[in-house]
This record gives sequence, C-alpha cells and structure tokens, in this order.
Amino acid sequence: MAGSLRALRRRIRSTQSTKKIFSAQELIAGARIVRAQNRVEASKPYAREITRVLSALAGSASLDHPLLTERTGARRVAVLVITSDRGFAGSYNVNVLRRTEELLGLLRSEGKEPVLYVVGRKGETYYRFRDRAIVDSWTGFSEQPGYEDAQEVGRALIAAFTAGEDDDETGGGADGIEGVDELHIVYTEFRSLLSQVPVANRMAPLVVEEVDEFRDEAPAAERTSDVPTSYEFEPSAEALLDALLPKYVTTRIYAAMLEAAASESASRRRAMKSASDNAEELAKNLARQANQARQAEITQEISEIVGGADALVTSGSDN
Amino acid sequence: MATLQVELVAVEKMIWSGEASMVIARTTEGELGVLPGHAPLLGELAPGGVVRIRPESGEDLVVAAHGGFLSVTERGVSILAETAEFSTDIDVERAREALRRAEAAGDDPEALAAARRAESRLRAAGQDA
Repeated sequence: MAGSLRALRRRIRSTQSTKKIFSAQELIAGARIVRAQNRVEASKPYAREITRVLSALAGSASLDHPLLTERTGARRVAVLVITSDRGFAGSYNVNVLRRTEELLGLLRSEGKEPVLYVVGRKGETYYRFRDRAIVDSWTGFSEQPGYEDAQEVGRALIAAFTAGEDDDETGGGADGIEGVDELHIVYTEFRSLLSQVPVANRMAPLVVEEVDEFRDEAPAAERTSDVPTSYEFEPSAEALLDALLPKYVTTRIYAAMLEAAASESASRRRAMKSASDNAEELAKNLARQANQARQAEITQEISEIVGGADALVTSGSDN
Repeated sequence: MATLQVELVAVEKMIWSGEASMVIARTTEGELGVLPGHAPLLGELAPGGVVRIRPESGEDLVVAAHGGFLSVTERGVSILAETAEFSTDIDVERAREALRRAEAAGDDPEALAAARRAESRLRAAGQDA
C-alpha cells in the first residue's frame, strides 16, 4: 500500500512538470502567432504592388514568357511542400502531408511524374523514412522565414522549371538537365486562429492572381479614365516581364511560407493547450487516487492498532 | 502645388509612404526624375541603385533600393524593392566590409548580387563605392 502511494506521488510530480513545459510552449506559440500574423500583414503591400505592376504589364506585353505558357505533354512536375521543423504541433504536418499525397496521386493519374522539394525538417524525415526521393530540401526557418529563404527556394525551383523547357520524352533534352514542366506548392493557409487549411496551388505556368484590393480598385480606375492606362516601359515590356516574373514566383513562395509559419504556431498553441489541459486532468485524477490510497493506509493502520490493542486486552483478561 | 503620392515597399514591409514633390531613381536605361503629372511608367531599377525622394519640405530621403521596380501611375509612384534601407540607417563600415567580402567571394551570382547591394548602400550613404 505504502509503495503504491509513493508511485502515485511520483507520477503526480512528473505530470505537473510536463504540464509546465506544455503551458510554456503554449505561451511561446501564442506570442509567435501574433508576430507571424504581423509579418503576413507587412508583406501584403508588396504583393499588392507587384500584382498591380504585373497586371499592367500583362495588358501591354504579348504574354509568351516561358513562365506563363502551358507546356503540352507536361511530364515531370515539381511539388514544393512546406512543413515545420519541430513537432509538437498537433496534426499540422500530418494534414499538409496528406494533402500532398492527394496532389501526388492526382498528378500521377494524369500521367505526370511528380518530384519533391521539401521545406521543413518534419517533411524531410517523413519522405526519407519512406525512401522517397527528395530533389532538394531546406530546413531551419519554418517558424520565422525570411525573404532570403524564399529567394533560395525560388531560385532552385525556377532553375528546374527553366531547365525543363527543352526536355523530351527520353530525358534532359538539349541542355542535358532534367527539369520540370510545372511547379506546385502545398502549404497551410491561415484562415483564423481556429482554422488552418492545407492548400495546393499551381505556381507555374503562372496564373496571375489578383489581390482583392486590386480587384476593388480596378472598376473605379476605369470610371475615372475611359482610356486604359498605357504605360511607358523602361526597358521594354518583355525585358521587364523577364525580370518581374521570377520575383513574382518568389513573392508567392514567401507569402506561402509566412502563412505556413502562422499556421504552425496556431496549430502548436492549440495542441499545447489541450496537452496541458489533459495533464492537469491527469494530475487531478492521480491526486484523488493518492488521497484514497493515503486514507486507506491510515484506516488500515488504525484497524491494526485497534486490533492489536484488542488482542492485548483479551490476552490480559485471560491472566 | 501638386504632389506625388509615394510608396516605398520592400518585400518584408512597407518602408515609407507619403507626399513628395519629386522622385529621382536610376533604371536600367538611365537616370530618371519623376515630377507630379508624369506619364505612367514601369521601370526596372538598376542594380546597386539609389532612389531619392524629395518631400515637400525638409531634406531628401535617400534610399538604397536593391532589385526593384518603379511604377508611376496617375495616382503616384510606387517603388518596389527586394531590400531597401534609408541612408541614415546604413552602417558604412559594415557595408564596406560586406563589399570586400562579396568581392573576395568570386564570380558566382550570389556574391555579385551581394556586391551590388553593398555598393548601393555605400552610394546611398554618400560614400564612394
């Protein structure tokens, strides 16, 4: 009996200290969400401006840039998966990886061969463990991605995409490098603190996404001037498009990384919240069991003493 | 007097926005000054370039803007840059150090880009690159 009481006390202590770790993690993740959300907000003006510029260009230039043209018979396609570096984030990584599997299945059923590019240690270990080929992976910045990180990823993907332009059925084509014909990205979209949804988007060939604010402004601009704005270009529209499109792709990757970082923290906070709630519940139950055990021990001691005294009295009266 | 509505936006955040009477920048084609009423224009900023924003009153704002675009519309001017820094925030010693390191690193595109970035910072700070 005494042994089980000691064991219970030890479990209570360890549960309480794990609970402290969980709630500390929860607080950290909570602070990180706010920061990540601010970063998402701060990156919006640039995304809006670059979309505006691109839309203006699209109206003026003949759009036959490789990043914009659909390739017939697309064969190899790149899939960029954005996961987290650390665990303890509930179903965050599972969800984004499951979404990736869906996309991979879809691409295969279309007769394409998907190749993987991974951001985040969790995704990397997931595919390593399953012996799946990863073309390239980047780790160490999933919670606080910088623009340089997005640039690095973007450079690799755009290089692969450019190399894929002349690929034929048998392999690398004229340049001998086997590239890709499409770029896809899978990341977790931050809808609200309670809802983060894994989404898959195609980045290239590119569909210029219009930012909401821009869509609102467009009709107003048309009303004020009947003639659509005709821009002067310095250098030529084609050269500008060449310079702008890779930047636009990088901006999209950067935005996806920021959203993913916010989602990761939100997910982690929720997971840590329920973990610390569970730990508290467990500690409470254990405390109850420990009290019961202590009470039983005392009761037993009393009955032993009483029994012993009775025995003495009885044996005394015999004499 | 008419003014320009200027927005200076870097990837990670909006750096500056406000009214200005003139914007001077260098595109890949050459030096360019934008006054209110300028025709709509899209330009690519020259690598290692410096942008000057002349507010209605006070000193010019000198900005080291790297890897960017300039867009002029009826409403104003937006400058998009991958990195942008005010001249007053630039640490000359560090920029010099970065330039030295980048030049020593050789010819790969990364090092060349770093060298251009450092040059634009030095130029914005009024030093010889």
